[in-house]
Amino acid sequence: MPSFVIQEKCDGCKGGDKTACMYICPNDLMVLEPNEMKAYNQEPDQCWECFSCVKICPTQAVEVRGYADFVPLGSSIMPMLGTEDVMWTCKFRNGLIKRFKFPIRTTPEGTANAYLDLKGQDIESGLLSTEEADGYAMPTPQATV
Amino acid sequence: MALPNKPLGELKAVKDPEVEEREVDCLIVGGGMAACGTAFEIKKWMGADQTVLLCDKAAMERSGAVAQGLSAINTYIGENSPDDYVRMVRNDLMGLVREDLIFDLGCHVDDSVHLFEEWGLPIWKKTEDGKNLDGKKGQKMGTLKEGAQPVRTGKWQIMINGESYKRIVAEAAKLALGDDNIIERCFIVELLLDANKPNTIAGAVGFSVRENKVYIIKCKSMMVACGGAVNIYQPRSVGEGKGRAWYPVWNAGSTYTMCMKVGAELSMMENRFTPARFKDGYGPVGAWFLLFKAKTLNGLGENFAASDAAKAELEKYAPYGTAAITPTCLRNHLMLFEMKEGRGPIMMDTVTALAELGKTLDKKELKHLESEAWEDFLDMTCGQANLWCAQDCEPEKKNSEVMPTEPYLLGSHSGCCGLWTSGPDLDWIPESYKIKADNGKIYNRMTTVNGLFTAGDGVGCSGHKFSSGSHAEGRMVAKQLVRYAKDNADFAPALKQSNDELVDMVYKPVRLYLEHCNYTTAADINPNYLKPNGMMYRLMKATHEYGGGTATYYLTTSKNLEVVMDLLATMREDCAKMAAGDLHELMRCWEIEHRIWTVEAHLRHIQFRKETRYPGFYYQADYPGQDDENWFCFVNSKYDPDKAEWDVFKKDYVKIIPD
Repeated sequence: MPSFVIQEKCDGCKGGDKTACMYICPNDLMVLEPNEMKAYNQEPDQCWECFSCVKICPTQAVEVRGYADFVPLGSSIMPMLGTEDVMWTCKFRNGLIKRFKFPIRTTPEGTANAYLDLKGQDIESGLLSTEEADGYAMPTPQATV
Repeated sequence: MALPNKPLGELKAVKDPEVEEREVDCLIVGGGMAACGTAFEIKKWMGADQTVLLCDKAAMERSGAVAQGLSAINTYIGENSPDDYVRMVRNDLMGLVREDLIFDLGCHVDDSVHLFEEWGLPIWKKTEDGKNLDGKKGQKMGTLKEGAQPVRTGKWQIMINGESYKRIVAEAAKLALGDDNIIERCFIVELLLDANKPNTIAGAVGFSVRENKVYIIKCKSMMVACGGAVNIYQPRSVGEGKGRAWYPVWNAGSTYTMCMKVGAELSMMENRFTPARFKDGYGPVGAWFLLFKAKTLNGLGENFAASDAAKAELEKYAPYGTAAITPTCLRNHLMLFEMKEGRGPIMMDTVTALAELGKTLDKKELKHLESEAWEDFLDMTCGQANLWCAQDCEPEKKNSEVMPTEPYLLGSHSGCCGLWTSGPDLDWIPESYKIKADNGKIYNRMTTVNGLFTAGDGVGCSGHKFSSGSHAEGRMVAKQLVRYAKDNADFAPALKQSNDELVDMVYKPVRLYLEHCNYTTAADINPNYLKPNGMMYRLMKATHEYGGGTATYYLTTSKNLEVVMDLLATMREDCAKMAAGDLHELMRCWEIEHRIWTVEAHLRHIQFRKETRYPGFYYQADYPGQDDENWFCFVNSKYDPDKAEWDVFKKDYVKIIPD
């Protein structure tokens, strides 16, 4: 199901410091055409349909059309990624629409505790830094052959 | 009319790229779950004078197998024991696993899961009266670390709201490592051995897929964790749909190839994974079996897996086949049997399952159940959700077909191919599972090359780690990277090759392209070179037809293996004539090179193992069935980079944990 870019909506992220879809695509598919300042998917048959480009696009210019070799036309699924939830709108070929909302994160973005001040003590032990700090005791097998 | 003779992409490659040299103590190659674990952990152990660098082919926020998200964490030990975890993995992988590595992983994996929850990953919880709460509502039950109960599907898996799983994990990793120590869009393509000290890692070379730049990086210790191998066999969908691989389509076998090319020993490369998934969309089936209690039916509407014939078939593979949980390969085996006997297609009976569950649920609960079923796809395989929409498939009204996929190679999911690595230095672990570095010390997860480590999909004989286990393993390696670099503080890595030689190697496809592209009017068809796209199809065709692909229901023979070995040898020669006009295509050139070597290792191992250890994943027609008398052992292989020769050999399996 390759992603595609809607001509009218894409502004090439010219206001930002990077082209969002090009920055995020795990398979290096999204690329900016510098003259038109529009992004496009340069290798649609290598698209994993991960929706990373769809979710990150600041102008909702990227959508996905089902893989031609097995997906009938006419359906669509679109995510709206918020800070705590994702809202999905799933449109069936027959017109039926289903909406789903799922949590994505319970903490504000950017606040993941990286334990910057934690220093491990015993480099010869098998314990990870947080295990060591917690006083975790490494299990040993209950019995061996 | 302008001739169409230009590179396809926008980022044109030039003949002479810029060269950037770096030297660090510890180098992390990869950016997925394992590498994020290493990135989180490493600075906590580094000395003030030590340095680290991470190179990711993509952007860490959405790179690796968890880029799209996940709907479950498949390994959380919780109330279980690491001993039972070993027993489960051993049975699923037909008896041959490294029990030291699996037990060790089982000791640490929960710590990573607890971190994920602290960082903000929503984890479902059980209420006191046994109801399920999603990860947001479930917060009121407290955290797993505090003793809250997760929602289990099966014994080992817990449910999450995991759309942003990778973003959360990458955020902590990047914060911990620091932006200055990360290079994104840097594709490491070859590892480099030391010029003076034999069998010792000294660095790596790669290039930027964003600018014309080659990176030459020296290091004392290195971890390579770039996932498994995908698009190595012709997929069932050969048009646009070949991007809809079950495992991440960008996994190119780089972990295995780069390590084997510097002489690191591989193990169990004959193992593969051909998961049964919803047809074409490759959406997950686990929650359907375990959470919704659905059954698969054959074309006659029979629950074939529960039949007497199936039981009799499974008995042939005792004790694995007769265990309470049937190994994944044998479940495939039963399904393939139905298909070959003309009793396909195989359908997941979602209609009956949801109707049964509906009998005990009120309307609101039923609505929630429907939402859970959709979330299972939307969190990790969006395309499957769209396929259901396109087919007007509501699972409560219409069943969906299930199909085993094309083969994948991996070491962290229900597969176990990878590198032979050292276990930890503990009394209960046999000496044959420990690898001594040249200084006489043992470093957990070090390969047979001094200073070279791996994690996640890279570690062989140790499947069922999944996302959480890969992260924990990456953290375990972090400590060893630092320890090795500290113990070898005086080691000054020296490369065998000059910068010019390295640039010439990395940019060879670009230079070949620029030299010859004007000879023909269409850049893709030229007698002087091949584009990587063509080489990809050649590899897929060869493996599909001769290497036990879907064309033959995963069946191969000794003769077929001889044929495919010849084809691969020619492919490797022709790889020297691949051409790239832009940086994206240069990435594809190196990926296909990595894929071809990995496939060769896979097939050499299948050729060597004269039995069929994993029926349902592959069949060696000349040696059907298991032969425990001769083959209850690992198969390892080693490529000698000096002699350019392969050696494939048996390695003893040692049972540690009793039944």
